[in-house]
Amino acid sequence: MKGYKKYYSNKIIWYLLTFVVAVILNFILPRLMPGNPVSAIAIRATKGMTSQTAIQKVYEEYANTFGINQPLYVQFFEFVKNLFKGNLGVSFMYYPRTVSDILAKSVWWTICLQLPAIIVGWFLGNILGAIAAYVRGVWDKGILPSFLFLSNMPAFGMAILLQFFFGVYLKWFPTALGYGYDMNPNLSLKFIGSVIYHYQLPFWSIVLITIGGQAIGMRSMSIYELNEDYVKYSRFLGIKDSKIVKYVFRNSMLPQITGLALSLGTMVGGALVSEIIFSYPGLGTTLLAAISGRDYPLISGCTLIITIMVLIANLAVEILYGFIDPRVKAAQQD
Amino acid sequence: MKNLIKQVFHSPKFVVGFVIFIVIFFMIIFYPLFIKADPLDMVGGLFNKPGTYVAVKDVVQTDEYTLKINTALARLKSISIADKQSMVDWLIKFGNVKKTEVDIDEVATLVDLWQKNYSSKVVQKGLLAAEKMNYVRLNNKINQLINSGDVYIATKDKDGVLSSTKPLDPQAFVNTKDIVNKKTFILGTDNFGRDVLTELVAAMGTSLKIGLVAGTIATLFGLVLGLLAGYVGGTLDDFIMFVTNIFTVIPSFILLVLISFSVGESARGVMLTAAIIGFTSWPWTTRSVRSQVISLRNRNHVNLSKLSGHSLPRIILTDILPYVASYVVMAFILQISSGILAEAQLSMIGLGPATTKVSTLGLMLNWAMAYKAPLTGSWWAFLPVILAITLISFSLNLMNTGLDQVFNPQLRD
Repeated sequence: MKGYKKYYSNKIIWYLLTFVVAVILNFILPRLMPGNPVSAIAIRATKGMTSQTAIQKVYEEYANTFGINQPLYVQFFEFVKNLFKGNLGVSFMYYPRTVSDILAKSVWWTICLQLPAIIVGWFLGNILGAIAAYVRGVWDKGILPSFLFLSNMPAFGMAILLQFFFGVYLKWFPTALGYGYDMNPNLSLKFIGSVIYHYQLPFWSIVLITIGGQAIGMRSMSIYELNEDYVKYSRFLGIKDSKIVKYVFRNSMLPQITGLALSLGTMVGGALVSEIIFSYPGLGTTLLAAISGRDYPLISGCTLIITIMVLIANLAVEILYGFIDPRVKAAQQD
Repeated sequence: MKNLIKQVFHSPKFVVGFVIFIVIFFMIIFYPLFIKADPLDMVGGLFNKPGTYVAVKDVVQTDEYTLKINTALARLKSISIADKQSMVDWLIKFGNVKKTEVDIDEVATLVDLWQKNYSSKVVQKGLLAAEKMNYVRLNNKINQLINSGDVYIATKDKDGVLSSTKPLDPQAFVNTKDIVNKKTFILGTDNFGRDVLTELVAAMGTSLKIGLVAGTIATLFGLVLGLLAGYVGGTLDDFIMFVTNIFTVIPSFILLVLISFSVGESARGVMLTAAIIGFTSWPWTTRSVRSQVISLRNRNHVNLSKLSGHSLPRIILTDILPYVASYVVMAFILQISSGILAEAQLSMIGLGPATTKVSTLGLMLNWAMAYKAPLTGSWWAFLPVILAITLISFSLNLMNTGLDQVFNPQLRD
């Protein structure tokens, strides 16, 4: 257990550092925008006003609220201080709702959609990939190109196809939103049913895309492992095939877990855009609304929360990896 | 070198990918040579169906031929299945027609029966007023379809009096080759009335260019950093790896969104978008180049070069680079395809190239979605675009897999 402590504290410190960099980027990048955002909003707010002094006053008030008069480092400390309080500022578009209030609603939709979808897709993809490597032959020849094709389709492309085919053409599933437009979120059976009904298309579009990429990786990993000496030796010893497959599966699984950690960011990015296709009430749709409304506190909040989510998920995967890979344990015990 | 190329072209995967890519590439080059129309010309209307459009006036003024074809029957085929089903329902329920007499697949007999039996005055028990009205409308529609009354074309003389020359013969046909004004939209038109096929070919070209620029930037950047980190080592390595690791974990999508938003709409052209994509996707290349270089660093030929007093750039260029070259080519191919995907993704959230002068695959999709193409059933506005993105990226990845199998024999089937 002592070895693990070092491994995990290393990882956690590393992720904290990354988080700090992400926060700095999140703070700095929007402020590099040509022409400061506050004047843009002030212009919008003062539309129709004629008195110069009134316009000046509004501008100053906005500048004060958003603190752009102070030097950059003071602004940064203010930003960090507010961040710890969970205060991400006030949205321009949905004034006077706060950014954290808006995000608190949409973040759960995104987590409940993407987390299960990516996990299910990852498992299905790995199993199918391993089977393809083991069985080979015609099945593999047919299934590999189709997986490769699937994995090269952008996630939102799959979302549009599913929406068109199952939503518009066959009319099996609704084409948009997270629940019936005539309902209020509550805990009734009818509402939950509606949520599950609306969940299907976005969910499967993410799952299908994930399956493609994972199956390809798993297949080539498994083929690689199947050619290893230990497999030949076990065959030679007469160990049952089912047992060998278990070893092979475990060994080829490890790079797949690391691969998951590395590609999580890309997956989430793609899945966010598929949310937009279905107008799913998650972070993707919020981000789109924020961008088209030039609502920069909301954009900044969205990107920050997505980064945090990806970092946490990555950390979770790495912690899991530490438990699964015996080499990590061995290395730490030296 | 010759041997290597020969080996590469023996890999079926590479060849398939290569052929798809070359076909797309030739299409981008040769299509504009034959069809010189501006891809952004708004010639059509909102989401016109694929097909050939002829000027109605020209049809009347073109020489006609008489063909003995029952034109009314063909027109009946346009009655939808749902309409036919409701006709059958009505006839059985209220028209005193036996179930065995009606056949939904025989349009002609069905319409005959309908004309004989249907009357809005029949007592229709259990039908809502709206449903009754629906049947009246259906009846009107059918009457219009089978109506063989003459249609007249009239001309206006200088006093403003209309005089008709002759009725239009229902059996009169014109040859489409004789019609002067016609336009074929193989893939229909988009929301601005632009020809989707012409636009798509232009968009593929632009997107490929974006992919190339982004891929070149990312690969060069990643290669230089990877070589430096791997070969020089020490503090420089630590620093480069620190930055690289951070940027592998922070989702590049987020960086893209933040940077694209920050540069502002006015500055965001095609090339800048490509550059932004390039500068956010180098960490992968850096990591793998570095790990390869580290394994090369202490090889004998490198040490020999060092002993001979060769300079650092020379060692890197002649002793290290050739060994990682195959890997860099593969990484470059992957970067191109991910660059194209990234552009499409950015455009979908409204942060793509903010210009109306060019079309990219992402912008085409973005417009199609903004005008709800899937919901109106206008498949031609988005399906070809998705297919184009997928095919380009598929062909590049196939080539990459093929190369991988050549360079890493262990993966070979």
